[in-house]
Amino acid sequence: MGWNYTEEVKEHFFNPKNVGRVENPNGIGEVGSVACGDALTLTFSVEEGTDIIKDVKFQTFGCGSAIASSSILTEMIKGKTLDEALKITNKDIADALGGLPPEKMHCSVMGREALEAAVANYRGEKIDTEEDEDEGRIVCYCFGVTEGKIRKLIAEDGLKTLEDVTNYTKAGGGCTSCQDDIQAVLDEIWGEQETQVKSPVKKPAMTNLQRIPLIQELLDNEVRPMLQKDGGDLELVDIDGTRVIIRMVGHCSGCKAAGLTSGWIQDKLQEIIDPDITLEVVEEVL
Amino acid sequence: MPVIYADNNATTAVDPQVFEAMRPYLTEFYGNPSSVHSFGSDVSHVIERAREQVAQCIGAQHTTEIVFTSCGTESDNTAIRSALASRKGRKRVITTRVEHPAVLTLARYLEREGYAVTYLAVDKQGRISLDELREEMNQDVAVVSIMAANNETGVLFPVEEAGKIAHEHDALFHTDAVQAIGKQQLDLASGAIDLLALSGHKIHAPKGVGALYIRRGRRFRPFMLGGHQERGRRGGTENVAGVVALGAAAELAAKYLDDEQTRVRAMRDRLEQGLLQIEDSRVNGDSENRLPGTTNISFRRVEGEAILLHLDRHGIAASSGSACTSGSLEPSHVLRAMGIPFDFAHGSVRLSLCRSNTERDVETILEVMPNIIGKLRDISPFKR
Repeated sequence: MGWNYTEEVKEHFFNPKNVGRVENPNGIGEVGSVACGDALTLTFSVEEGTDIIKDVKFQTFGCGSAIASSSILTEMIKGKTLDEALKITNKDIADALGGLPPEKMHCSVMGREALEAAVANYRGEKIDTEEDEDEGRIVCYCFGVTEGKIRKLIAEDGLKTLEDVTNYTKAGGGCTSCQDDIQAVLDEIWGEQETQVKSPVKKPAMTNLQRIPLIQELLDNEVRPMLQKDGGDLELVDIDGTRVIIRMVGHCSGCKAAGLTSGWIQDKLQEIIDPDITLEVVEEVL
Repeated sequence: MPVIYADNNATTAVDPQVFEAMRPYLTEFYGNPSSVHSFGSDVSHVIERAREQVAQCIGAQHTTEIVFTSCGTESDNTAIRSALASRKGRKRVITTRVEHPAVLTLARYLEREGYAVTYLAVDKQGRISLDELREEMNQDVAVVSIMAANNETGVLFPVEEAGKIAHEHDALFHTDAVQAIGKQQLDLASGAIDLLALSGHKIHAPKGVGALYIRRGRRFRPFMLGGHQERGRRGGTENVAGVVALGAAAELAAKYLDDEQTRVRAMRDRLEQGLLQIEDSRVNGDSENRLPGTTNISFRRVEGEAILLHLDRHGIAASSGSACTSGSLEPSHVLRAMGIPFDFAHGSVRLSLCRSNTERDVETILEVMPNIIGKLRDISPFKR
């Protein structure tokens, strides 16, 4: 298959657990539709008083990862209290499956949404009316995705790009005419943060957003050309505050002098950008 | 587990005879045809032999009408670019909504370059309307590009008639015939087709070789600029072994054309009729006018990728037009253009047979499919 699904995904797809509908459920969550290409109905019975999910079942129409996400979700929440279950994020679902292809992250999001819907149903909350206000306008008409959902996932999963948003929410993946709107939301959110962080404290300490382009520039213009001369290279994996995480590739990976090299890179980063920077090198992922 | 390969519109196995024909040009006679020494220059003869074989297979009148390329996509790009260059000043292109990405992506790119592109619609059966083409034609159209057969549904297009309509307005006519070659004979003698793209790996030659037919008398502008290979029409050292393979494969394709039209068609029909026994299923595409080995069938409210994963587990290779298989989020542009309802479009499976498939293959698919569909429907929230 084009997707390199993990063994966990395959196991839950070929042998799905807890299929069907719980008899006399007291919580039902229905998300998705045939038009969207996937749909999930989650039913559970919760013990009054303890709030423990005693039994849970799912019915899913969708691709391999949609079915696997639903199946593993039922295993993850069975025996948990509702509050415990609600702590499970879409990322937890994906992680429990050993990861999902980026384009399939929306399958784990669907699982999380069905859970929320079922809990709300049990608690007698009318999520659809109350939250509609917050959810706001529909941005993506192809998949019926609201601005509220897009904002929520941008915040929860730290989505930075249009592609991320499409992978997690499907928004923008149909006719693509809403892509500018999504980008505007992204710009607003990430731009907002910049101003929020910047304005109150006027001290020389750099914000993440100021630091990132400087680090990137330094790596691209000064460090990588040196490595490339030796047939190697590096990839910037992440910048988390003053932690800069890179991966050595090509001849640099496994090179005996890699330790020396990374020391040299850290020195350069500290000298030119920020004395607090620490450099971490992660193993090459094959 | 033995693989039942029912995905021949995606690619085909290299025929053992084709492999034997090409082998010496990888191992022994590896010379460069452009070399002065005889070790290299001798090889140029086999390229000309392959050119004859390809010309004969597609019914070209002259071997010089064939230019070897690296693939179908290169042939399509070369053809359309060349046509635009030879109709300078004309700013319109007409194609269809259901073309292969080799044409569609280029068409969208041409729009950015300032061309106006008209995408002909298809009906529910996947057929274009020649009347719509007539209405759209005018003196500003440089090239009309219509595929000979659709890769997803197998639906055949009336390219000879379309070519005549294009010529009434002095536009050039190109056809992407990648899926049709070896399965459906085209009429090049009528002169309606100016340019035609074909690919080796769809007709049991290896990947990495294709050809472009350019009708004699049509101006041509090369796409790949480089050396003087292919009489200056396509730069780049010849893929000698690949070209030899394409020649051998073309000769075999012509030989097996009857087999495709009779035995393979019968297997496809048996497969299709068997699958239609499954409740809530339908065939996508004009069943009267189709490639002999292709069936595109939808199972309502079942998701295509899930079907493929199960088939894969049974050692059966097929394709789907479902959204999830492509990484896009919408069902295939072909099924959408045909207006196939979503609950069927997401559950489409394309099975494409070739001459090396057997009746046993068909029976095996028919044995496993009902259970797969049943299992997936059992876990579906839409089960009745």
